[in-house]
Amino acid sequence: MPELKGWKEIPIGGLIVEPGNSKQYKTGTWRVMRPVYQPENCIHCMQCWLYCPDQAIVVEIVDGKPKMKGYNYYYCKGCGLCANVCPKSTDPRTKQPAPEDKRAIVMKPETEFAEE
Amino acid sequence: MPLNAIELAKLFHDKNPGMTQGHRMCPGCAAPNVVRFALMTAIAKGYEPVVGLATGCLEVSTTIYPYTSWNVPYIHNAFENVAATISGVETAYRALVKKGEIDKDKKYAFFAFGGDGGTYDIGLQSLSGAIERGHKFIYIVYDNEGYMNTGNQRSGATPPGSDTTTAPVGKKLPGKVQLKKNLVEIMAAHENVYVATVSIAEPMDFMKKIEKALEFDGPSFIAAYSPCVRFWRVSDDKSVEISKLAIETLYWPLYEVERGVYRVTKKITNPKPIAEYIKAQGRFKPLLSRPDAQEIIDELQEYVKIRYERLLALEEVTKDKPIR
Amino acid sequence: MPLKQAITGAEAIAYAMKQINPDVVAAYPITPQTPVVEYFAKYVADGVVDTEMIPVESEHSAMSAVVGAAAAGARAFTATASVGLALMHEVVFIAASLRLPIVMAVANRALSGPINIHCDHSDAMAERDSGWIQLWAENAQEAYDFTVMAYRIAEHPDVRLPVMVNFDGFIISHGVEVVETLDDDVVKNFVGKPIKMYPLLDTSKPVTYGPLDLYDYYFEHKRQQIEAMKHVPRVFKEVAEEFAKISGRKYDLLDEFMVDDAEYIMVALGSTAGTIKHTVKELRAEGKKVGLVKPWVFRPFVKSEFQRVLNARKGVVVLDRSASFGAEAPLYEAVKSALYEVAVRPQIGSYVYGLGGRDITPEHIRQAFEDAFKGNLIADEERYLGLRE
Repeated sequence: MPELKGWKEIPIGGLIVEPGNSKQYKTGTWRVMRPVYQPENCIHCMQCWLYCPDQAIVVEIVDGKPKMKGYNYYYCKGCGLCANVCPKSTDPRTKQPAPEDKRAIVMKPETEFAEE
Repeated sequence: MPLNAIELAKLFHDKNPGMTQGHRMCPGCAAPNVVRFALMTAIAKGYEPVVGLATGCLEVSTTIYPYTSWNVPYIHNAFENVAATISGVETAYRALVKKGEIDKDKKYAFFAFGGDGGTYDIGLQSLSGAIERGHKFIYIVYDNEGYMNTGNQRSGATPPGSDTTTAPVGKKLPGKVQLKKNLVEIMAAHENVYVATVSIAEPMDFMKKIEKALEFDGPSFIAAYSPCVRFWRVSDDKSVEISKLAIETLYWPLYEVERGVYRVTKKITNPKPIAEYIKAQGRFKPLLSRPDAQEIIDELQEYVKIRYERLLALEEVTKDKPIR
Repeated sequence: MPLKQAITGAEAIAYAMKQINPDVVAAYPITPQTPVVEYFAKYVADGVVDTEMIPVESEHSAMSAVVGAAAAGARAFTATASVGLALMHEVVFIAASLRLPIVMAVANRALSGPINIHCDHSDAMAERDSGWIQLWAENAQEAYDFTVMAYRIAEHPDVRLPVMVNFDGFIISHGVEVVETLDDDVVKNFVGKPIKMYPLLDTSKPVTYGPLDLYDYYFEHKRQQIEAMKHVPRVFKEVAEEFAKISGRKYDLLDEFMVDDAEYIMVALGSTAGTIKHTVKELRAEGKKVGLVKPWVFRPFVKSEFQRVLNARKGVVVLDRSASFGAEAPLYEAVKSALYEVAVRPQIGSYVYGLGGRDITPEHIRQAFEDAFKGNLIADEERYLGLRE
């Protein structure tokens, strides 16, 4: 949390003049579940990136094609929407949830991970 | 306009379209995606967005002083007047272009976002006035069917049988009694407007409609289905699933009305029963334990069926016959 | 060459706005402000001004639209009265808190109920805590002059506060008077180009207007507004000095009429001052040492000015054209509170008059002065002029 400023130090009118400065705010501390990326199963369809409400999916362009690289855990709130929309989360034949080792994203309890 | 996630990722993978991270919307909230889909479309088409926002979940969670999640010009005025405020911004734009102070070739896109509370109810007047006057702006309502920011109070957009704090399901009353106000039709009745329903479950349909709104020579009204994972009592990851179910059960038909010409943009040939939609959400759980639950579900089922048939009929009758 | 015109106060204000040529005007009609908007709409329709006019669907939207326009970086104007001002109440406070240099003309009219369309000050008094600068005109000339001066005060970098120009409904708005209007280019040069701060339309510097303040910042933002008001007296005087050079008319925080050796001074706002000045001259001819103080600037309420001019007088009579139910009348309360600390406190009395357009006559004014002469002023007793018991 930044230090609280006095009335002479802030812009008038309640204006915030630094666009997008909420990027300083660590929403990652909210997490109860953490999405774990299993790149070997990923088809880079970009659905997770499209749907992440917190823009916490890291994507890089490799040979002109976007590739999912992993998560920005500074922001990820652990909602699980990425795992839900990932096509690899469902077995295409049975329409049932796919086994964990076949998925590209697996949700695990945050407690299993050490503080970064 | 790139019509798939791959193309969008190429354009926006390292950019924040209008909204950045660090906002404090609930995990899994659909509203950030509503905003992102709209602003990605505008930015991809070369527009510079200017955003007005009504008081509500989105406003409060994205602008807690001294932080803002907006990297585009943004104004929040009060609860019921975002349409009037954006009318003022849009008019100022036209006046300053006339004066030569602003480059007329620079493409601005004026967006007004509001929740269903600030749109269906308290904001209806200023929205109607702004549309009647024909300002060139896009009003997007992120409809989460209640006053969610203040803890789930009922609004004109709340569906019947839903459990809210001001219309709770109790021993005597079955939650909200009225059917959902059909704001989309009210807006379409202004005639000079482009109106559309969108859903995050159909992102390409969503963005196509935003594109249309951007190019439309007049005001646009977009109703975006926006599940509140908190108060609809579903798990955090369900917003897209519920959105899909809403479309498949005809609860949220995807259509557009352009100056009176109706077009159903996603035809559902074998709709799922509305009971499936109801049972999937915890906000209807109190209803389901009541003896009159089936009656209410039947009423809703009948309503969505008739409404859908009416839309198809309107599509036929109004084809190529704009009213203005 | 200044032009002498026989026009109403409303037309004078519209004429001033024509010369200022604002970017945006958003207004909703309400008696007795309507002619201001009507005259201006005709200028727009005839292409005499470049202004974009927004025919909003309510006063709440009128203020909301000018907030949007001013935030966008445009010079914006609106006008209203009475319940229209009351309807936009929430946004009036917001406009001041966003520090937008909006100018609004208010044709002072009684608040409902019962509904009354005539002159009274209750509408502006209900907004006295809003953070707006309040200027009060006595006649059509002052209404014109204040409108011309308003943007210079509002847009000043040390101020950045919206300005309300109050003019009595029907009495000034609809009464025809001789008004001396300045030349178009004189006004244009005086008002100058808008001084913009943080315009929304500058996409290279995206700014967020109207965030959520929790308890950790709201107080500081309000303190900034308090500070801005402290700069207004100086800025007002600077602008008035410049205005005097182009018009020959000198304004100040208070209009002091025959006060030098006055033993008894009346304090009142607005058009009633005209009747008071007439009565004061009559009483002076009879040998009575009387005078009038008419605040031109009511917000900020500059205590030191009242203390300076009212100190050691024999009696002060304050006339209010509005009541505060359950408390003392607004102007009286403020004046009395200012006199708490003067070296020699005068006798002081409160008179409420003219509510809902009830006429105030020289006889009423005399009656109040007579009470003062007799030493019959009771600080805790609110009296009424023109009321049928």
